[in-house]
Amino acid sequence: MRPKRRRLAFVVCGMLTLGVAAALVLAAFEDSIVYFYSPTEVAENKPPPDRRFRIGGIVVKDSVIRGADATSVRFRVTDTANTIDVAYTGVLPDLFREGQGVVAEGRLDADGRFRADEVLAKHDETYMPKEVADALKESGRWRGAPEGGR
Amino acid sequence: MSRLHRFASPARFVRLADRIQPWTGWAAALLIGAGLVVGFGFSPPDYQQGDTVRIMYVHVPSAWMAMFCYAVMAVCAAAGLIWRHPLAHVIAHGAAPIGACFTIVCLATGMLWGKPMWGRWWAWDARLTSVLILLFLYLGYIALANAFDNTARGDRSSAILALVGAVNLPVIKFSVDWWNTLHQPASVTRIGAPAIHSSMLTPLLLMAAGFMCLFAALLFVRVRAGLLERRLRALRHARAHAGGMDTGTGLS
Repeated sequence: MRPKRRRLAFVVCGMLTLGVAAALVLAAFEDSIVYFYSPTEVAENKPPPDRRFRIGGIVVKDSVIRGADATSVRFRVTDTANTIDVAYTGVLPDLFREGQGVVAEGRLDADGRFRADEVLAKHDETYMPKEVADALKESGRWRGAPEGGR
Repeated sequence: MSRLHRFASPARFVRLADRIQPWTGWAAALLIGAGLVVGFGFSPPDYQQGDTVRIMYVHVPSAWMAMFCYAVMAVCAAAGLIWRHPLAHVIAHGAAPIGACFTIVCLATGMLWGKPMWGRWWAWDARLTSVLILLFLYLGYIALANAFDNTARGDRSSAILALVGAVNLPVIKFSVDWWNTLHQPASVTRIGAPAIHSSMLTPLLLMAAGFMCLFAALLFVRVRAGLLERRLRALRHARAHAGGMDTGTGLS
């Protein structure tokens, strides 16, 4: 019985130590693990103009302005507290919609506008048929993506 | 514990497995068949994703199973290390390739979904990266378990790797909550009601139950084969040993 007890204690202690070590490492690298920053995080610590990073948030309703050449587009991205202007030239993904989540990669220019060279749509965790979505919107019980923010 | 020990006898396990295995196989075929029919024939397209949502019916269950297989593997590895029971190691070895396949299916279907929805096949966000690490852990475990001539040594080394890698499981599960990721957070296993409409949840759960039965059916076959392989190896070893002594005496 004794060696079994000892091996059990060894495995349990080993797993605990490992768990703590992993947690510390992950906490230390948090900045590089996050896939994007929210507009508020960008506003709080202005990244230098030449640094590439990603921002994420919700595309503000009625903020999308398409340019004359059909591929350039401007829109605003918000996390409800702060908002960033984004300029992008290229093809937008299918799920790109006003009021939906988006992740853009690029740089801040001198006047605080985000010049994106890649735009990804971010899907939220709600799945439902179109009829249900319409019915919810009609009855005013819609709690879809725009408010969710993630 | 004494109850568990009764099933830990390999002979008893094989007898039990032989009885259950066909049932799990048929249940898997039935449930996966039903899940595919409901998922591809009867469930509605999503209000945002359209028909692409159907990828989820394969992607999400395989992701769950990828993690579940690893959990089974890690628990058996720990049991094998602590109680030195060979059956535990055989089960862990049996689960590894099945889990690796589920992980590959999960990654492949995820990429197929990511291209049309996100606009990109792959993103180095916390969820995707931690699942890729899970695949490498499986592959490393399989390689290590087969790298030794000495079975006991291979069992022990691979069990330690399986336990170390278990740290990755909570990271995968909670990555979408702890960090900003491109991957969406959990829809089914979240606090409160699932964020999936019942017409889509039904095929998802059917497939999940089917994948679980498939895992059980495959695991029983692999454990049986694993036990036979070990017995064969032991017999060969014994014969080689005896044969070596014979030729030794013949030469002298």
